[in-house]
Amino acid sequence: MSNKHLLLPMAVLFTAALVACGKSETPAATSSSPAANSNSADELVVKIGASAPLTGPQAHIGKDNENGTRMAIEDANTKGITIGGKKARFELLSEDDQTDPKTATIVAQKLVDAKVSGIIGHLNSGTTIPASRIYSDNGIPQISPSATAVAYTAQGFKTAFRVMANDGQQGKVLGEFAAKNLGAKKIAVLDDRTAYGQGLADEFVKSAQANGAQIVAHEYTTDKAVDFTAVLTSVKGKKPDLVFFGGMDPQGAPMLKQLRSLGIDVKFMMGDGGYTPKFIENAGAAADGAYASLPGVPLEKMPGGKNFSQRYEAKFKQPIQLYAPYCYDAVNVMIAAMQKAGSVEPAKYLPELAKTEFDGVTAKIIFDEKGDLKGGAITLYQVQQGKWQPLQTMGGQTAAGSSPAAAY
Amino acid sequence: MDIFLQQILNGLVQGSVYALVALGYTMVYGILGLINFAHGEVVMVGAMVALTVSRLLLAAGLPPLLVLLIALLIAAAVCMVLGYGIERIAYRPLRNAPRLAPLITAIGVSIVLQNLAMIFWGRGYLAFPQLLPNAAHTLGGAVINDVQLIIMLVALLIMGGLMLLIHRSRLGRAMRAVAENPSAAALMGVDINRVISLTFMLGSALAAVAGIMVSANYGIVHYYMGSILGLKAFTAAVLGGIGNLRGAMLGGVLLGLIESLGAGYIGDLSGGFFGSNYQDVFAFFVLITVLIFRPSGLLGERVAERA
Amino acid sequence: MNLGKFPYCKKCNTLRVFAVLAVVLLALPFVTDALLGRGWVRIADFALLYIMLALGLNIVVGYAGLLDLGYVAFFAVGAYNYALLSSPQFGLHWPVWLVLPCGAVLACVFGVLLGAPTLRLRGDYLAIVTLGFGEIIRIFLNNLNAPVNITNGPQGINMIDPVQSGGFSLGAAHELFGITLPSVHLYYYLFLCSTLLVIFVSLRLEDSRIGRAWMAIREDEVAAEAMGINTRNIKLLAFAMGATFGGLSGGLFAGFQGFISPESFGLTESIMILCMVVLGGMGNIGGVVLGGVLLVLLPEALRNGAGPAQQWLFGKTLVDPESLRMLLFGLALIVVMLVRPAGLWPSTQRRRELSDEDKDVVSQEQESVYDASR
Repeated sequence: MSNKHLLLPMAVLFTAALVACGKSETPAATSSSPAANSNSADELVVKIGASAPLTGPQAHIGKDNENGTRMAIEDANTKGITIGGKKARFELLSEDDQTDPKTATIVAQKLVDAKVSGIIGHLNSGTTIPASRIYSDNGIPQISPSATAVAYTAQGFKTAFRVMANDGQQGKVLGEFAAKNLGAKKIAVLDDRTAYGQGLADEFVKSAQANGAQIVAHEYTTDKAVDFTAVLTSVKGKKPDLVFFGGMDPQGAPMLKQLRSLGIDVKFMMGDGGYTPKFIENAGAAADGAYASLPGVPLEKMPGGKNFSQRYEAKFKQPIQLYAPYCYDAVNVMIAAMQKAGSVEPAKYLPELAKTEFDGVTAKIIFDEKGDLKGGAITLYQVQQGKWQPLQTMGGQTAAGSSPAAAY
Repeated sequence: MDIFLQQILNGLVQGSVYALVALGYTMVYGILGLINFAHGEVVMVGAMVALTVSRLLLAAGLPPLLVLLIALLIAAAVCMVLGYGIERIAYRPLRNAPRLAPLITAIGVSIVLQNLAMIFWGRGYLAFPQLLPNAAHTLGGAVINDVQLIIMLVALLIMGGLMLLIHRSRLGRAMRAVAENPSAAALMGVDINRVISLTFMLGSALAAVAGIMVSANYGIVHYYMGSILGLKAFTAAVLGGIGNLRGAMLGGVLLGLIESLGAGYIGDLSGGFFGSNYQDVFAFFVLITVLIFRPSGLLGERVAERA
Repeated sequence: MNLGKFPYCKKCNTLRVFAVLAVVLLALPFVTDALLGRGWVRIADFALLYIMLALGLNIVVGYAGLLDLGYVAFFAVGAYNYALLSSPQFGLHWPVWLVLPCGAVLACVFGVLLGAPTLRLRGDYLAIVTLGFGEIIRIFLNNLNAPVNITNGPQGINMIDPVQSGGFSLGAAHELFGITLPSVHLYYYLFLCSTLLVIFVSLRLEDSRIGRAWMAIREDEVAAEAMGINTRNIKLLAFAMGATFGGLSGGLFAGFQGFISPESFGLTESIMILCMVVLGGMGNIGGVVLGGVLLVLLPEALRNGAGPAQQWLFGKTLVDPESLRMLLFGLALIVVMLVRPAGLWPSTQRRRELSDEDKDVVSQEQESVYDASR
């Protein structure tokens, strides 16, 4: 019976041990090299923080983000970068924000405490926005590779940047493409009621209507659903020419399958959430002909792009899921700014970051006064013979002044 | 009209799946008075195991139908072992504990299973191979395909088989006896632990079947798929009257229909104020209304009053 | 509280313990900041918020024996109330001393509204209905952005005013007697005061007529009714009180985080809070506080420690730390409940019930607990 009385102190001790274990290793570098915190003679250790959902329904995309970031860091270490006369060695501190805003703030505080020089993250708008306040309060520059909600840069934080076109820019292009290029007159819209899906769908609706199309149905689902037969049947009754879904590939693929099996043979379009290899794999034969978009110019056409995707596949044994190239660019943009400023101090290289003009694997990156990508080109893709093929790049439209969806 | 018919068909297919999973919940509740929160994850494990087995066998060149059969058997076996294990480890020691203790262990088991699945099968959504012929048929303007027909048929068969088992066999009699009064059943020579274990195993086997059906229907397997399905099935079981097998079947089918019709027609019914984004609200609203008027579910609960 | 160490002066003893506790609690943020980093102070803030929530749920589940799986709805109501009254959403910027009580009262009203249909329900039916209500509230919050934009839907409400009063804002660091108090520390003290208030109210309720009525209902509703307790009103009161604490906690959360969205108020949260109450020890305030602290600290400790612990034990990382973290958490839940089914620090009544003192009494009491909470 005595062991029962030991349980309580044991539990407390165990937790304390874990905390202590973690503390002695914070900053825990994920590489196996010993964490040399002190500047040994001419070496400067630069810590870059990254956060994405590494568990949960979007974990495959989050891990992809981490992979892209890691590859950039390792490339930088191999290249041998000097900042301010010292040889720089970069370290990645990667955290899991679980797509949860509360966890995102905890993780953000943790990275700030670990004195990172910059942040690549987060993935979702719902986590990026609350975390950005913490980074801004502490002056740490943050580049998000994938958060598209307009509200993120509308907060007025000097430290908030992104290397991807926002929902306003992307939705505008998608609506125009659907109504004008594809000639759809009656469009049915679905969204998954997340910050991303709803934001993109609303922008799409505005743009499509402005280009002469009629929205015959607006149905909803969630980001955890697998069955869409009910809403799709309802859509079928409205006889649309095109179905647009604002959401991610875990829903997009089964949705398309069910669309086809219900006998609805209309065009299907998604935003960047659908442009993944998994989409094609999971939708199977139904995937052919589906449209998706991705900000930036096709990877193969960009200098260094093909090389990047080949190296990524060789290293991580899987194709790029979605945003890895953007993470890669984000890291390099940050490093370039540090080099120009000759310092890794956030306060010193932040002004250089705002003045970035960088040729990345996704685009030529220039930030506008809010931190958005200037002149974001958007490419439209279609699944042809089981692969995503680029159709057309629309863009050169400036980001400045695009009406925000529901921003402050 | 064809839209309406389609919605009904959609609802029936969904409902059949819910009914199968709800049966597992209700059987366990009838005997133990316990909500087995981990049941949804057992469904997921069944689907995952079937996926792995199917992939291996298909690569070896076996015909799809045979692959399906073998996958089904293996998945059912694994789930039965899993169900037995969960009962022995997480529930049996807590038979005399406060009611909420096994609920917490159930939640713990659910978390453990989800994360184990994530570790073994990865984080992504996996495509389930097509093992059944999938021709589409039209019925009065509505489309239904082979897989969906098979699902409904299988669900009916299983329900029928289960009713036979419960009402016509010795094991069934023992299960009903334990559900009604464990002490008296023990006095009559029923091995309580064995009956309880068998009940769990049976429920888990049903879960495996449900898991394969869901995977075959949607073509997607994911380590998270059990939790939502489990929740909906639990709602269905409660709707029908928890502890009552017929109630679980009725609740499952009804919930499928309510969801389908709700999602399809809320917009029209409410004049555009509410849309399909409120479909879950509608389903819960119906549930709550039913429970207000019939506090023990539609067909009442079949667990005896003790005091 | 009988601590029995110094038999000659129990009162001095209690005072001594309180004094030590007070010093520890006041110094905690500075010690944590120095030893472990500011991130842990933020975690401590969240822990206090969750403790308040757990104490609120303790009233419903622990005292009154009503299994509530939708408790997070009240947290959401409090948070959105604060957000709507102190942010650019409607352009209102009401003072915090008005908004927080308003949130608590609003949550109280919701508690009564949500409790009313459940009065005839037992056990698991009650569970599913409360779960349903929790989901309903979350879905409404997620969708009330059209035709009239009330909650801004999935985008959430941003730029919420921090807790501030007459120029003194908790959102910025302040100097006091030469010590710099960063924002997280200030919030810590605010949350500490609120938690102490909640604990105080819970203690008083526990020993009051209402508290005893709740426990009577929990043990045997029929007998309670026979003894003249108005079960309907008492149950509604349980929901209302529990909801009030949830609403208070929600308001503080909104001010603290500055951004809320419906994602934070899902079923997983409700279940987590329930785990805190049951794991800690249902019906015992100390146990609930302990449960809250452990269940907030453990995932964070695992987040930090799982990777390095593997390195230390095995020399390499076998399993992703992220996956391992929640896995170990689930295992912890199972193990704790198996070893201590009544919770880590159960109320004396529960402990007596579960010890092997008197088998007949125990089994009788077990049965009554079993029935009454159905």
